[in-house]
Amino acid sequence: MESIRDKVAVIGVGYTKFGELWDKSVEDLLVEAVYEAYEDAGVGPEAIDAAWVGIQYPFTGLAGTTLADPLKLYGIPITHVENFCASGMDAFRNACMAVASGVHDVVIAAGVEKITDQGSRGLPGGGGAVSMTNVWPSAPGMFALAASRCFKVYGWNKETLAHVAVKNHEHGAHHPKAHFRRPVKIEDVINAPLISSPLGRLDCCAVSDGAAALILTTPERAKAFKHKDDFVRVKANAIAVYTGQPWYQPGFDFTHFPATEMAAKRAYEQAGIKDPAKELDLVECHDCFTVTELLNVQDLGLCPRGQAGDFVREGNTRHGGSIPVNVSGGLKCFGHPIGATGCRMLVEITKQLQGRADGLQVKDAKLGLAHNLGGPYSVCSVTILGRNDT
Amino acid sequence: MRIGIESYGAYVPVYRLKRETMAAAWGLPAMPGERAVAKEDEDSITMAVEAGVDCLAGIDPKTVDGVYFATTTAPYREKGSASIIASALDLRRDILTADFTDSLKAGTTALRAAHDAIASGSAGKVLVVASDVRLGEQESFNEMMFGDGAAALLLSTDALIAQLRGWYTVSDDFVGPWRKDTDQFVQFFEAKMENQWGHAANTLEALKGLAAKTKVKPAEIQKVAASYIEPRGLVELAKSLGLDPFKQMADPLFLTVGNTGCSMPLLIFVNTLDGAQAGQNLVLAAHGDGADAMLFTTTEALSSFPKRRAVKGYLARRMELPSYGLYSSFRKLSQKMRVAPQASTVINWRDRKAVMGFYGHKCRSCGMVQYPLVRVCYGCRKKDDFEEVRLARTGKVFTYTNDYLRPVGSEPTPTCVVELDDGARVFLFMTDCPSERVSIDMPVELTFRLIHQGGGFNNYGWKCRPVEL
Repeated sequence: MESIRDKVAVIGVGYTKFGELWDKSVEDLLVEAVYEAYEDAGVGPEAIDAAWVGIQYPFTGLAGTTLADPLKLYGIPITHVENFCASGMDAFRNACMAVASGVHDVVIAAGVEKITDQGSRGLPGGGGAVSMTNVWPSAPGMFALAASRCFKVYGWNKETLAHVAVKNHEHGAHHPKAHFRRPVKIEDVINAPLISSPLGRLDCCAVSDGAAALILTTPERAKAFKHKDDFVRVKANAIAVYTGQPWYQPGFDFTHFPATEMAAKRAYEQAGIKDPAKELDLVECHDCFTVTELLNVQDLGLCPRGQAGDFVREGNTRHGGSIPVNVSGGLKCFGHPIGATGCRMLVEITKQLQGRADGLQVKDAKLGLAHNLGGPYSVCSVTILGRNDT
Repeated sequence: MRIGIESYGAYVPVYRLKRETMAAAWGLPAMPGERAVAKEDEDSITMAVEAGVDCLAGIDPKTVDGVYFATTTAPYREKGSASIIASALDLRRDILTADFTDSLKAGTTALRAAHDAIASGSAGKVLVVASDVRLGEQESFNEMMFGDGAAALLLSTDALIAQLRGWYTVSDDFVGPWRKDTDQFVQFFEAKMENQWGHAANTLEALKGLAAKTKVKPAEIQKVAASYIEPRGLVELAKSLGLDPFKQMADPLFLTVGNTGCSMPLLIFVNTLDGAQAGQNLVLAAHGDGADAMLFTTTEALSSFPKRRAVKGYLARRMELPSYGLYSSFRKLSQKMRVAPQASTVINWRDRKAVMGFYGHKCRSCGMVQYPLVRVCYGCRKKDDFEEVRLARTGKVFTYTNDYLRPVGSEPTPTCVVELDDGARVFLFMTDCPSERVSIDMPVELTFRLIHQGGGFNNYGWKCRPVEL
């Protein structure tokens, strides 16, 4: 099986501010993100031969027209990609495949979500009548099921979780495009009102609007564009789909995410990474809830299983630590417009590798990983980007 | 042919509201005792299923030939209830299901009809279930006096614990309490007259008729389980019959449960039977549009009858409702907007075996028991090689969350992944348990509930509750 490694280059990126963007529509968000990416790549709409757009909710948009109409990108192949919280990064994966196959030359991978139009109390429902056996808890409820089990098995507690929130807010407070721009204290997190026990309000990421876009081509062609010397290379890209109903799978332990482990394993193989904690310079990891980051840090192999609590508490994942995780602020502080998040992480990693991060810059970053985990730990997408000289 | 009771069961909701709490909400004088309150996920059907489960414990549900459901509070005006109960109890399809509705004596009428079906040879075993969730007007004494509950009796000719020895029925076009199809609350005109002529006169006539027919003398009667308008009426009734009101009248359950409408006489009777000895004469009397009276004599089989939770068991499971506001929320009296998910009768019909019967699949190849009725095995990926199995009714909480984003009433919803005793994993909301008491490894049992009313119809299914409260 061939690897995607070094077959695709990121030549331009753009993203909106994330937050409760009451005055902006899906059209506004996509136009802002994509035109920033055009500008960054030094191209216009005429250069684009295909596009993929990641969206989770039908109310944000259906079909390729959601991207075609705002951008007036008519007549080219555009596909709407939906894969829970990994929708944006799966749009990127599809765009990578198109470039790597040689079928398309310059393509857009974008993601967008406009959630606050539906009201702001948690995530809206999916809509449509479904089987009564297809019942789900709320989004925090899904990850709270894991948290309760981890408290019992790993001995974690509210304070263990709180360190993730404190770190990510500390990071995000420096980022001009983050949803929240303020630090929080351990006791604020512990004492915040419960949303889904044991997760409180500050264990949960924000419900945000936003969009992000990347322009891709081959490394050979990349030399003809604006970032001819510092375009970023795709080193690995893997997606693993596990069950959407973990509660029905006999033996499912709720203390690790098989999807993350499987996607990470394949991505590390593609990129030739043996020891991710040493070889990676930074990680943008899915932290929809504090417990999600702890489990993903373990499942990505950054520390042994059961030890993420201490690993994070000791500062290893802070900016300046041995393996910074979510220097952007993560979903927790930067915000989480579902379909946009995967692309937003890749924008962040790209800019970090180019040494032009908008928030905290990781010094001399060469290799960065972005990770999404969607649904009830169902769909995991991992992408590794490398500096042009790697 | 000896026809009588093979088994009994009951259900009383776990929530109790003190009458003084209700009185305080309205500035009314307090009445003594407390009443049982059905939660917002309960109705006459769910309570009937619970009483039916209690009654059929240890009895093969496939041996039951009919369900007669008695209620004045059927959730549907058009669409039967007994068929829903039969489906939840996993009874056969070739059975007779019928609803006996609208009259307070519908429970005893259903009993008599069940007897007649057995006597005629058209059925062998008939489950009679009576259940009611009546609403008294707000700011009224009825609201305090009413209660919610269900009782079940399995009539047959086998292993009888009590034989039906005779009955007497009076029909009377008497306007006592009424509720038109557009009324939410029970209406009364003149309680004194209703007591004297609706309840006392009719019940007395039926009881006297029964005595004449069966030649049973007052001294030979152990207990009379009788319905009432208000419990004081029972004292007068006893005196008129030459009975000792303190020794020969069954506990009317007024102080603990309240007046449960058409299930009241059966509930009182089940509670009496639950404490009775072999060889006793027990009388069941119900009024409403006339009256029914029935004489039962308990048999030796009663002494070895397996324990039921029954009224005493359910009364021991008690949680006090701290406020009238919660009662009002449970009974959906407030104007709060309730959002229901979308639902489809098509999907529910296709899922009936998994949702109503709570069946799962046992893989013939690797033995894994799993839910719902999957096509490909979780364990070995073998396709369509399963045995349909009724899943275990008890298990343990594997993990849980108390979810404030899915609130039911005013507290968070305990949401659980349960590992059933047969190894199947299921996802269940917990009910009848304060959220702070939920814990990993907590033993739980299934309970039949109204899950939501999406689509404008009732979506029933199973939740879990603690085995020990």
